[in-house]
Amino acid sequence: MPDTHGAPQGFLRQYVFSLDHKVIGKQYLGLALVAVCTGMVLSWLMRWHLGWPSAAVPGLGAVSPTGAPSGMITPEYYLSLMTMHGTIMVFFVLTTAPFAGFGNFLLPIHVGAEDMAFPRFNMMSFWVTFLAFAVLVSAFFVHDGPPISGWTAYAPLSAVGKDAGPGQGMGQTLWAVSIGLFCVGQLLGALNFIATTLDLRTKGMSLARLPYATWAWFITSVIGLIAFSVLLPACILLILDRVAGTSFFVPAGLVISDRLQPHAGGSPLLWQHLFWFFGHPEVYIAILPGFGIVSHILPAVARKPLLGPKVFIACLVTIGFLSYTVWGHHMFLSGMNPFSATLFSVPTLIITIPATVATLLWIGTLYGSKLRFNTAALFCLGFISVFVSGGLSGFFLAQPSVDVYLHGTYFVVGHFHFVMGVAAMFGIFAATYFWFPKMFGRMMNETLGKWHFILTFIGVYCVFMPMHFLGLAGDVRRYSAFTDDYMKGSLPLHRFITVAALFTGAAQLLFLYNLVRSRFRGPLAPANPWDATSLEWSTASPPPHDNFGGQPPTVFHGPNEYGVAGRSGDYIMQASPEPEPAA
Amino acid sequence: MPSERARTSPVPAQTGVVAGIAAITMTFAAFTSAMVMRKGGASDWAPLHLPPLLFANTAVLVASSGALEVARRRLRRDAPGGSMWLSATLVLGVLFIAGQLAAWRDLAAQGVFLATGPSSAFFYVLTATHAAHVLGGLAALAYLRYRVRRATIAPLGTLGAVATYWHFMDGLWLYLLVILTVFV
Repeated sequence: MPDTHGAPQGFLRQYVFSLDHKVIGKQYLGLALVAVCTGMVLSWLMRWHLGWPSAAVPGLGAVSPTGAPSGMITPEYYLSLMTMHGTIMVFFVLTTAPFAGFGNFLLPIHVGAEDMAFPRFNMMSFWVTFLAFAVLVSAFFVHDGPPISGWTAYAPLSAVGKDAGPGQGMGQTLWAVSIGLFCVGQLLGALNFIATTLDLRTKGMSLARLPYATWAWFITSVIGLIAFSVLLPACILLILDRVAGTSFFVPAGLVISDRLQPHAGGSPLLWQHLFWFFGHPEVYIAILPGFGIVSHILPAVARKPLLGPKVFIACLVTIGFLSYTVWGHHMFLSGMNPFSATLFSVPTLIITIPATVATLLWIGTLYGSKLRFNTAALFCLGFISVFVSGGLSGFFLAQPSVDVYLHGTYFVVGHFHFVMGVAAMFGIFAATYFWFPKMFGRMMNETLGKWHFILTFIGVYCVFMPMHFLGLAGDVRRYSAFTDDYMKGSLPLHRFITVAALFTGAAQLLFLYNLVRSRFRGPLAPANPWDATSLEWSTASPPPHDNFGGQPPTVFHGPNEYGVAGRSGDYIMQASPEPEPAA
Repeated sequence: MPSERARTSPVPAQTGVVAGIAAITMTFAAFTSAMVMRKGGASDWAPLHLPPLLFANTAVLVASSGALEVARRRLRRDAPGGSMWLSATLVLGVLFIAGQLAAWRDLAAQGVFLATGPSSAFFYVLTATHAAHVLGGLAALAYLRYRVRRATIAPLGTLGAVATYWHFMDGLWLYLLVILTVFV
């Protein structure tokens, strides 16, 4: 039996150390909101410096006197900003919001359960993740500042300690501890998602009737269970190399800062293998929830069933499986055996097939539909657009011979920001506009939402599309400034990107304003504002503590009953006992 | 509350344990492949003489699994002595941890520490990670024993989940013993 619990009493139990999956989901989303604002400010600082390398950033000198003396960002501090931006965004935004945040709030309701299978583990999952974030951010305030080794923390740079540069002392240790904690938090979450989906489904909710978003969260949690349990030991070994004098990743005879490092015999390549065995599945942990969210929302706004639902789920499973066979495509330049590059290139090209099929299913669903152009629908369309744009450049990068040239350039930056960053963000936005009424009982403002979409959509293309050209022109990523003669030609484009990034960031103020205002002033939401079918729309907005008011629902239909004549319109809800119309 | 006591099932607990086992398996697979790769490219790999105490500890851990099975059978049949056999499992588990600590002290006395070399590093990391997971199993056993003593009807679902985990710890240790013998 699930560890059921009564409605909580008192502020702490209700809002802070809550066992309620809905509160925990909102806590995750709140954490992601703080993290995404932090990460975005960091990206602005980087963009500012890239556009105008000799201009001081007002006030930054006071925040970091060593990293940015009188507001001038040093090359090392630029790397710190980059490291923290990447780490915060990948772990604390792209993993926490679409997977842990929305998944926590919705998965138990989607399966018709009162709560997650292990509510206490669920609470621990959030608070461990919160602690991980606090540990990471504390790196800004320690003596030598945040680490400079990137979100991938390649050894030996990350493993040898303070000799390797500013931030590689205490800052890098905090990074490794933070990511280790994060793994523990996400493992606890994945355990819950899996057990809840498999064991707590209500009467009639067969696996075939699970909503697509929940299928995606379930598969994501299986991927996460395997991926994070490999990153965790990698972090343990890294921490031991740093603080206990072991040599897992540090080779012999390494001289850094004129000092022979007191380690011997380790393998830097070992870290890359362990990291990317986690790191590539992590890409799918970030994007598959977006797949599910889009497939969940599209039928509701297109008023048509999703095309090929079984094929779609097969695509998710295939992607999940293949995600474990492609990690080496991040390592074409690592010095591993060139023959193994071919070995990793083939599955990388194969994995584009299920991704393409899923995209075609969305487009096929849209074909001939009477689309309701609300904000959630727009962000779903935007998701498809940026996912395709970013995915196309992946074909090039999957070829080892092409990747040798492009890997170290802005081409890769443009690629992964589109396909993983912006696409996942658009999934988060679509989910927010779609489920906000259910979460808070109030509607969001559609006019503001549409403006938010249009400005963001234009903005992200202006930011990330030109990066592909910069990469082709040979602009190396991780450089803090392009001021040398041969690179000066790209400066105008960098300035354009910087302006576009500031513009796109400013457009997010519309979203923040809409969130806050709608939370308190938005019109009250009905139970089912979108005429959607899944179980969360059968209960009140917001749902009561036990989700269904003491009456676990019985499920009679799949989530795909759109465009049919039902009692309630052109759809039949999953919990509605009316018979399906004959085909 | 009799209905509360009669609650036996946690099916989610079983699923959770199986998922947990998958995660732990991946963790140790990562450690193993790291060890194989680290040893393959190394000129500094010094073979380690495993403390003989490890084999005695192995016997203790296997015995604890046996005791847990006896406990499980008795509790299933509502036969007397189930709780006592659970206590025996707990004692043997604690004894195993104590034995592992003693083996560490044995190595340390010979001057073999975590950072002495790659083989000793892997030895300590693998045994410590296993021991940490065994401690988690001991906590679960203690909780199970507490519930068995309180309830009139044994919580068979929890019992099954804890037993699966505990036997896995046993099997994992046998695996570690083999790879430590072969590689370290």
